[in-house]
Amino acid sequence: MQNLAEQDQGDPTALRELADDPASRKHFLKLMGGGLAGASAFSLLLAACGGSDDESAGTTSAPAETTGTTTAASGSSDLEIVNYALTLEYIEADFYAKVIESGLFSGASLELIKAIGDHEAQHVDALLGTAKTLGDPAPKPETTFPLESADAVLKLAATVENLGAAAYLGQAGAIQDKEILAAAIAIHSVEARHAAALNILTGQSSTPDGAFAKPLSMDEVLPQVTPFIVS
Amino acid sequence: MQSKMTVPELGAVEIHGMTRSSFILKGALAAGAVYGAGAISPFVQQAFAQEATGDIDILNFALTLEFLEADFYKQGLALGLSAEAQPLAELFGKQEQEHVDALSATITDLGGTPVDSPTFKFPFTDEASFLELAQTLEDTGVSAYNGAAPLIETPEVLGAAGSIVQIEARHAAAIRLLRKEMPAPGAFDEALEKDAVLAAVKPFIAA
Repeated sequence: MQNLAEQDQGDPTALRELADDPASRKHFLKLMGGGLAGASAFSLLLAACGGSDDESAGTTSAPAETTGTTTAASGSSDLEIVNYALTLEYIEADFYAKVIESGLFSGASLELIKAIGDHEAQHVDALLGTAKTLGDPAPKPETTFPLESADAVLKLAATVENLGAAAYLGQAGAIQDKEILAAAIAIHSVEARHAAALNILTGQSSTPDGAFAKPLSMDEVLPQVTPFIVS
Repeated sequence: MQSKMTVPELGAVEIHGMTRSSFILKGALAAGAVYGAGAISPFVQQAFAQEATGDIDILNFALTLEFLEADFYKQGLALGLSAEAQPLAELFGKQEQEHVDALSATITDLGGTPVDSPTFKFPFTDEASFLELAQTLEDTGVSAYNGAAPLIETPEVLGAAGSIVQIEARHAAAIRLLRKEMPAPGAFDEALEKDAVLAAVKPFIAA
């Protein structure tokens, strides 16, 4: 049997560096305005989300680029992680709102989609509130989704939810503040529930990774949501 | 919430001139100001309420729950289940056993001693009562891991617990769907303290 602690946890280097980093310094930076440090990495996130532009896009306009390098080098700050989650939740909430508008669903499946969409909207509210306490929240992206048939939409929903669950799992070990960790974990398992239900409805396994869910890093997640972001 | 603080020495740890409690409270108050105090208080309560038991104790607690779940599905399969329920019970039981094996190995690697499995007795009599209890146990499993997670000290152990809780959440959703219930009862899964989890599973421990 594979040892749990040896399983792939996303980016082990970043985790180790985080572990070596005194928590008090992170907390101090946050109390002193962690938003500054977060701003540059967030501009990188925006650049990564920004569509098909080349990788240099956006980085030169980062106002706090040099200020942020110290924290960025030792892993993502809580604000960066919260803004990353907020961006994903904005995309999910927007997706379900547009699916409901499309008229492709009715009856029990519409009820399920409405319930899931309502959860995503609540996640947006909670993460936006948390981001505001840490610094500058990520802006709401403008989104676009291929909404051609009910079957295709359900498959896309399943893909997005599985991605979301893996994205939260990928950040759990990097979150410094226990309050934020508790909130992220409370959301993580709900994304997993959505993913399992949509997997079943689209004829897939409820547990596609087997007995142990696999995490995904920001670098793995962002290219997959880029096609849904217009600006 | 102050009355639930069981580890006063932790509250006195200073973080750049602030005690841990005042730090947590300050963050929570700031958050509460933005989206309502009601939204944040359960998380704060959680942070204060739990004892700092250490990663090995948490892993052993999780191991006991996984023993329970693995045995639960084994006993359920002995009922003779429908074509809808049988494959789920078989798969989920196998995955709970993988959790048992992985948690035991991790506890040993960290220098601890894995607890022995208790003997379990479940009150189900047919498929309907089996599935109803399956839903309760999987939902409780999710809340137990979610309650323990903020207390885990090592990022690797936290990642492993996260990787397992996601599977428990998927089991819970699948069983809920089979029972024509909403896969997720709310937007945020509840976190349960260890004592509450133990009280919930105690009726099923025979010896």
